[in-house]
Amino acid sequence: MATPTTETISACVDSYGSAIGMPQLCGEWMSNQIFWLLITLMIIFVVLSRIALPRIATILTERQGTITNDIAAAEDLKAKAAAAEEAYQQALIDARAEAARIVEATKAEIKADLDAAMATADAEITEKAKASEAVIADIRSNAMASVEEVAKATAKELVAALGGKTDEKAINKAVDAHLKG
Amino acid sequence: MEGDIVQMGAYVGAGLACTGMGGAAVGVGHVVGNFLSGALRNPSAAAGQTATMFIGIAFAEALGIFSFLVALLLMFAV
Amino acid sequence: MASEAKSEGLVFHPMDQFIVKPFFGSGSIEFYTFTNAAFWMMISVVMVIVLLVLATSRRSIVPSRAQSLAELAYGFVYKMVEDVAGKDGVAYFPYIMTLFMFIVCANFAGLLPMSFTTTSHIAVTAVMAMLVFLSVTILGFVKNGASFLSLFWISSAPLPLRPILALIEVISYFVRPISHSIRLAGNMMAGHAVIKVFAAFAGVALIAPLSIVAITAIYALEVLVSFIQAYVFAILTCVYLKDALHPHH
Repeated sequence: MATPTTETISACVDSYGSAIGMPQLCGEWMSNQIFWLLITLMIIFVVLSRIALPRIATILTERQGTITNDIAAAEDLKAKAAAAEEAYQQALIDARAEAARIVEATKAEIKADLDAAMATADAEITEKAKASEAVIADIRSNAMASVEEVAKATAKELVAALGGKTDEKAINKAVDAHLKG
Repeated sequence: MEGDIVQMGAYVGAGLACTGMGGAAVGVGHVVGNFLSGALRNPSAAAGQTATMFIGIAFAEALGIFSFLVALLLMFAV
Repeated sequence: MASEAKSEGLVFHPMDQFIVKPFFGSGSIEFYTFTNAAFWMMISVVMVIVLLVLATSRRSIVPSRAQSLAELAYGFVYKMVEDVAGKDGVAYFPYIMTLFMFIVCANFAGLLPMSFTTTSHIAVTAVMAMLVFLSVTILGFVKNGASFLSLFWISSAPLPLRPILALIEVISYFVRPISHSIRLAGNMMAGHAVIKVFAAFAGVALIAPLSIVAITAIYALEVLVSFIQAYVFAILTCVYLKDALHPHH
């Protein structure tokens, strides 16, 4: 900008390349700008009206058609999905009822088994108790007999130790009497 | 000397012309502010009126641009 | 003016970015010379073709990112024409799409560093605005005949006011191309000039960080403005088109 450009011959640019006044009002450039502007506008108009705008319009209508079709298809699929869901719910309800029934049956079966087992167990227990009682009674009577024997033997030994005559009959009688008394 | 006075007058005039842009600013603010208060009252009608708002802004702003243009003419073209 | 600025420490040349130069070499500029303005116009043509033609070449039902951008632009402008100009305005949709796409691409291309903003030149925007104005006026007379003039005669106003209103309407009708063109050019020029001024401030070390932050913020604003001005240009074209198709208030 600082170097003087002497070859530029113009009324709107000074020798330093700076603008004199407003470049917008410089008359000698206007014809050039108008000429190129008209060319530009003509090119853009031809390109738009011949190629671009019809093409975009076609794309938009095509898309509209596709969207309409897709929406119809989507509605169809939606109805199908609703039907499928209904069937699924029905199946679910059936399955629940079936499951409840099976649970009931199984419960009853188990209860019957349990009752039978309980009865058997009770009977066994009673039997065992009776047997035990008998054994206990036996043991007790045995024990009484042993005690008598030991008492007699002990009494005999005691009498002998004390230097008395061992009269077996008398001792036995005395021990018996004592045990009874 | 005479040219200096003329140039001084041109510069003072350019500065004065710029005050007109303040008016344009007030005008544009008024348009948009009123649009906004109306739009907040009835938001459903606002969408259709944006174009009208821009036309109003354009008209209000054009006068500010004119004053700017006068300033530029005084600065560079007189 | 420019020579005075050179003697100072801070050098402002905010308007230098709008100078039209020959793209190849140097010399005088004839109307057919390929200038930087022409180059950046061609860049915006390339941008339009890449966005709207190449991006949609696969015609896929599920769009790629570029294709959905193209469809977004199409739908945006189409809806705008339909909403503002009415159902019968849709016939003129390609013309409005042409203007919108050119302006939006030129604005965005102009935001690239070292680029040239073609839409910041009043010559460019004035030609577009005059094209719109003339075609809309001719269309109004062709479609409605003399009853197109009822656009200026507001029958809902009280009778004594009508001539005054008619005068105001006529004046505002003829101011349309001026405001239509200067709005776009002025916005683009203003933003770019302000960025350039802040860029000149960045040469001073003390305020350089502040000016760089300011450039960033203004650049973001300019991105928004680039789009909004293209939108406004297109929507005002639609409004004028509606007036031509339905002149009765």
